[in-house]
Amino acid sequence: MMKWLKTNWFYLVVLVIALALPLVITNRYYSQVITMSLLFAIGALSLNLILGFTGQMSLAHGAFFAIGAYGVAILTYTLGWNFWLALPSSALLAAFIGFLVGMPALRTRGSYFAITTMCLGEIIYLIAGNWMELTGGHNGIVGIPVPSPIAVPGVLEITFQSQASQYYLVLFFLLLTVFVMHRLTKSLRGMTFLATALNEDLSEAVGINTFRTKLLSFIVANFFAALAGGIYASLIGSISPSVASLTMTFNFLMFVLLGGITTLAGPIIGAFIIPILLEYLQFLQDYQMILFGFLLIVVIIYFPTGFMGLYAKVRDKIKKSRVGA
Amino acid sequence: MELFLQQVFNGIMLGSTYAIVALGLTMVFGILHVPNFAHGQMYMLGAYVCFFLITIFGFAYWPAMAMSAVVLALGGVILEVLVFKPVRNAGGIAPFISALGALIIIENAVVVLWGPEGHRIPNPYPGIIEVFGITMSTQRLLVIGVAFALIVLLQIFIKKTTLGSTIEAVAQNKEGATLVGINVNRVSALTFAISTGLAAVAACLVAPIFMISPSMGMMVGMKAFVIVILGGLGSIPGAIVGGLILGLIEAIGGGYFSAAYKDVFGFGALVLILAIRPTGLFGKEIKGR
Repeated sequence: MMKWLKTNWFYLVVLVIALALPLVITNRYYSQVITMSLLFAIGALSLNLILGFTGQMSLAHGAFFAIGAYGVAILTYTLGWNFWLALPSSALLAAFIGFLVGMPALRTRGSYFAITTMCLGEIIYLIAGNWMELTGGHNGIVGIPVPSPIAVPGVLEITFQSQASQYYLVLFFLLLTVFVMHRLTKSLRGMTFLATALNEDLSEAVGINTFRTKLLSFIVANFFAALAGGIYASLIGSISPSVASLTMTFNFLMFVLLGGITTLAGPIIGAFIIPILLEYLQFLQDYQMILFGFLLIVVIIYFPTGFMGLYAKVRDKIKKSRVGA
Repeated sequence: MELFLQQVFNGIMLGSTYAIVALGLTMVFGILHVPNFAHGQMYMLGAYVCFFLITIFGFAYWPAMAMSAVVLALGGVILEVLVFKPVRNAGGIAPFISALGALIIIENAVVVLWGPEGHRIPNPYPGIIEVFGITMSTQRLLVIGVAFALIVLLQIFIKKTTLGSTIEAVAQNKEGATLVGINVNRVSALTFAISTGLAAVAACLVAPIFMISPSMGMMVGMKAFVIVILGGLGSIPGAIVGGLILGLIEAIGGGYFSAAYKDVFGFGALVLILAIRPTGLFGKEIKGR
């Protein structure tokens, strides 16, 4: 126990801070910003699985986020389902679509895969904008209910009206995502992901079925992207086709890259820092995207491992100087 | 039958512009092995340069097109040096990200500078010709004519001139080309210049027919990618045939089924073809990444 504490105290502190945050931050606006950051962290983590750990440039990530969002919106608002049934159903639907799409798309490699997924994303965006009966066309769907209360008869009832409860809801799902990603990437299967990312031909030569590896990674990534999308739709209350746009994918890409690709903490840090940074850069509104594009290029040229890479470098330097002294 | 022929004509018109945009893209891919995601945005810039030359500086249509091609050719060289060269040896996903960054910057810079609304370039050839019941506007015929002339000229340049054949040499084997004294950096810059110059001409050709707006590049860029993949990355004949096929699929799909979903047909065709042939119609097996 003590040993476990010694190596993991940092994560424990972070968890305690995360749990106590709603008590400290009472401003509605900031609370909303932070809840959204946690939510986007789920999407960024799942993108990191396929992009970082498996080395496949999926540009359909925003589209799968949108499948989850539209799934929950249609099931709860239009059909009146319970949120807790609608959310897993939408995520499973996205995973299934990921499977169907991955079958042909993952046979392609490198640039071909990037472009194929970009086209798939565009197809989903066009469907979201044009299928009036189902998606409400360009106006989208407004008035999506907040998550249904969880009730244990006679004991307690958890509702999701207050911001703090929504925060804890998202935090729960983020922790779930982190847990799954951690178990997955540290397992033997996770090693096959990394092997595929590093050298597909060599992996095949040592007996890894790279196609199945990539497919599994793609399905899991899309499942969690849709999960984030579903919660997003329910908390925000309205969605439009813009959730399926490439901009959404770009945002996730930015979080993953600036935070640190192929790390578990990186995407979360990215999803936190960038929106908060944006709050301070409000006055630059019009120039925001230009600045982002610029940042992307600078980061990929000079700090390809993002914030986490920078952190690791600094830590190593400190260690070295200690050994020297 | 008349509807069919009309749609075939429109398809060829669309397809021939797609073909020139895709040609540039596929050439750059052949040299750098990187998809230039910002290609569609360079196309959009070409249309804007043409628009400003005509409306503000009072250029006539043809000089404006030529000038726009020159400006964008320079722009292509700048893009190559600033965005692609630094990550040339980084491998992996770095070049993709760099290109995406360029895409975001260009598109949003145009929105900030000149607003998100559309503009129209006055049509220099508003006449209409009718043949076998098909309506052909002079401008549309012109698009087809210029596009095919450009394709032929480009082929002659690459196959018959020394400068042009250096492009092919570098595409085939970078080390080999360096060994025989070809300056790979210069060839990369030249390829980029031709690529974005061609995109600018294509944009100027269709600008009098469609509106120009900051978002016009995204769709065309994506379609150019579809074509390049349909034809096989790096294959010039593939880009030409692929461009015409996509134009026809869109025009016929849009004419007979649904105009709102016309783009879905094109992208859907791509996904189908890749499911059957993962390296495109004319593509060779590509090993590694």
